[in-house]
Amino acid sequence: MTDVAHTAPGPVIASSALPEVAGVHWRARVDAARLRRTGRAWTATTVAHVVPFVGAGVVLAVVEPLAAPVTLASLAHAWIIPELYAQRGANVVRPRSSTVKTAAAPEQRALGLLGDLVGHDARDLHGQTGLVLERGRLGVWLVGPAGALLVRPGGRRTHCWCVRVPDPELPTADRVAHLLLALRADEEGFATVANQAFSGATWRVRRRMAKPQRPALRAAAVAARAL
Amino acid sequence: MDHTGHTNVAEWTAEDPVSVETAVTAFRNELDRGYFAVVSDGEGHAEQVHTLPIDAGLVILRRPIAGG
Repeated sequence: MTDVAHTAPGPVIASSALPEVAGVHWRARVDAARLRRTGRAWTATTVAHVVPFVGAGVVLAVVEPLAAPVTLASLAHAWIIPELYAQRGANVVRPRSSTVKTAAAPEQRALGLLGDLVGHDARDLHGQTGLVLERGRLGVWLVGPAGALLVRPGGRRTHCWCVRVPDPELPTADRVAHLLLALRADEEGFATVANQAFSGATWRVRRRMAKPQRPALRAAAVAARAL
Repeated sequence: MDHTGHTNVAEWTAEDPVSVETAVTAFRNELDRGYFAVVSDGEGHAEQVHTLPIDAGLVILRRPIAGG
């Protein structure tokens, strides 16, 4: 993180559109209506995966009880495929052991600046889970070093996005801060630039997350219910 | 943002034109290097700026983001 500092607050000359959106000009800009449509499409896809396997399993069980192993395999597919999708979503914020190790001092400095950008509660939650909670107009965000989750108002649906700063040598907290500032500058642009990995029920994402991170999604869902 | 975690590029005060000029030059150099300048207004809001806002308390330079 680099910054330029001045002693007195005041008005700024600004433009709020995220410049990175120009790099994905073919994508429709994400907004609340588009998120709803995307959510419905993901639900339909899940149903399309589950129903045929469950149906086949039930029919087999009725027609030929001796084919029980095939029935079980079919039901297992109906369970595993949605789980794999949810896992893909949870993976966007899963802590990774980077091949590039950042020195402790830069990491601490980056952590200090990130702490200055967020409030006490978000700072505590980040210390506990590695994710920063940020309330936006589209819902409540959880921002990690290489991805973000958006819990929609009501808390029942979560969208998962892969998004990153393409520089693996940056301190982890710095990468979170980069993403957080981009999110604050243009929330819809941020969601447009990011690659969506999953959308589905919050409970499905939560149980596929690393255990230490689950309190962050719980907190985000609670915050989203209040929106 | 850089690999040190946090680098102070410039400081200025509105009453000191030399410091402002130095800060503006440093600001432009960082934009030319591909950074974007942001003034954060707290949770949920920040402004992208293209010229150095002399009256801002803190301007943060961030790197471009991309889909993963």
